[in-house]
Amino acid sequence: MSTDTLTRPGTTATKPTPREKPPARQGGFASKLSVNGLLILGSAYMVVPVLWLLFASTKNAADLYGTSAYSFGSFALFENISAVAAKDGGIFFRWMGNSVLYAGFGAVFGGLISVMAGYAFDKFQFRGKNSLFGFVLVGVLVPNTATVLPMYLLASLVGMTNTVWAILIPVLCNPFGVYLARVYAASYVPMETLEAARMDGAGPIRSFCSLGLPMMMPGYVTIALFQFVGVWNNFMLPLVMLQDQQLLPVSVGISIWQGYAVPQPEFVPMVITGSLLSVIPLLVAFILLQRFWKSGLTAGAVK
Amino acid sequence: MASQAFINGPRRRRSAASGTGGRTAALFLVPFFVVFAVAMVAPVVYSIVLSFYAQQKSGLGFGEAKTAFVGLENFVQVFQSESFVGGIARLALYCLIYIPCMVGGAVVFALLLDATVARARKLFQLLVFLPHAVPGVIAALIWAYLYTPGISPLVQVLQGGGLQINFLDAHLVLPAIVNIGVWEWTGYNVIILFTALQAVPREILEAARVDGAGEVRMALSIKFPLILPALSVIMVFTIIGTLQLFTEPSIIAKATSSVTSTWVPNLWAYDAAFIRHNLNQAAAASIIIAGLAALLSLVVTRFSSRMNKA
Repeated sequence: MSTDTLTRPGTTATKPTPREKPPARQGGFASKLSVNGLLILGSAYMVVPVLWLLFASTKNAADLYGTSAYSFGSFALFENISAVAAKDGGIFFRWMGNSVLYAGFGAVFGGLISVMAGYAFDKFQFRGKNSLFGFVLVGVLVPNTATVLPMYLLASLVGMTNTVWAILIPVLCNPFGVYLARVYAASYVPMETLEAARMDGAGPIRSFCSLGLPMMMPGYVTIALFQFVGVWNNFMLPLVMLQDQQLLPVSVGISIWQGYAVPQPEFVPMVITGSLLSVIPLLVAFILLQRFWKSGLTAGAVK
Repeated sequence: MASQAFINGPRRRRSAASGTGGRTAALFLVPFFVVFAVAMVAPVVYSIVLSFYAQQKSGLGFGEAKTAFVGLENFVQVFQSESFVGGIARLALYCLIYIPCMVGGAVVFALLLDATVARARKLFQLLVFLPHAVPGVIAALIWAYLYTPGISPLVQVLQGGGLQINFLDAHLVLPAIVNIGVWEWTGYNVIILFTALQAVPREILEAARVDGAGEVRMALSIKFPLILPALSVIMVFTIIGTLQLFTEPSIIAKATSSVTSTWVPNLWAYDAAFIRHNLNQAAAASIIIAGLAALLSLVVTRFSSRMNKA
């Protein structure tokens, strides 16, 4: 079952000893019931709030306060969505677009930069390699938010606050991605292949583009996925850097609506529906790319 | 240039490896280290510099403010601030509740998932990971509504049972925010621990089973010790993440006055920078947070490597 995902080529980074499923002979009915019962209970805790969001987004303001939480009132989902879409000339979808831009840019280019660096750390010999890699590891441990305020100050020195670059440049930096890429390079790209390419006269850039990168593709996707989610979820950086509403990502935009909703309850259904809409792309990405995030989490922690 | 390093590579002694050579490596490393310098090193260095200076107004406060070197004055002031120290204490309490709940929960769930009798493992993994796909802002929003009387089914059910609970009052808001963190991060760590459990050699478990160990016994005395390395990595990342606590309280702050603008150190730093316009103090506070994170992760790493040796 879950073990077969681990032995697929895309996930060999961790190289666990494959453990076959033990024969299901032992375990009485009681232990079966209690283990699976607890699993169901734990999963319910994880799922119920998301379900609430789903139900709540189908209700108008009156039903939200008036009807039971897990029943449908008058089905107002589409009205809510069109209210979200109409507000301030469709600014919500502008925010979604910004989030896609920031997260997509960080995922594709930040991921590529990390993959290149990780590949170099694994495949090339050069002086100062270990201390340089040590720097990267320290970078992994520096709390993100500790750099946000000074980064804002630096950006304001060069007049870059309140521009897309204030977000696009920081999201390229992913030290943890470099660390993962090094692990992936070690397990996906055999030295012999590169050696053979060299014998055939391919330069290092050529062998990276036509051999290394394609072989590391599953790792690249994993790093990009995590970077995408990290940027999509980032709140403090855009909150600090951006004032222009047109530039905000959806996370900050919705939090502004939430602020309006305190004095004006008619904003509440819009906050809820907007939240649901902003979660959907990530849910879809995670469900489709299960294999990748599982291997990514593992390579990060077990190695 | 690059290809020359590549061709010259084999002449060197240690180059059993292909494509050796500093110049080639540099070509691959430069993009990352440029970004790293701009987005990581420069801000850290700049905030250290800032933290040693202060804006001082001459005379009666008229005229241009001047920047003056004040040594550790900013740090002293930050530590003398009651709200900052209060925030540290609150954050410490938060960690004391959050870390055992979240990490403990993740360990228990991962062990249950790995038990022989567990069914539908793939489905359960997907379900527990679900909250991690929900951005922190949205998670905080969902729970803010689930804590709000009138909307919340949770409050309604409790009222039906005769319990009047306001999750957002001054006493309960801390555990209420802990719950949001637990909800967001437990599943993520379950997946890490479960995969570590999958790597436990089957022969060991089989031998234990032959010796008559039950499921619980195996979980506690075989599986748990074997996932300790993964657990210590989780601890380090959890501590770093927890000290940065910002998103959840700043969202909850809009729903209740129990969460003040200086509730935790990171909010304090934000408040210092953008409300009180004291960038130097904000920088000092950021450094203190980063320093605490470094110190605590060092302690965890030391502690866990000693445990692993023992």
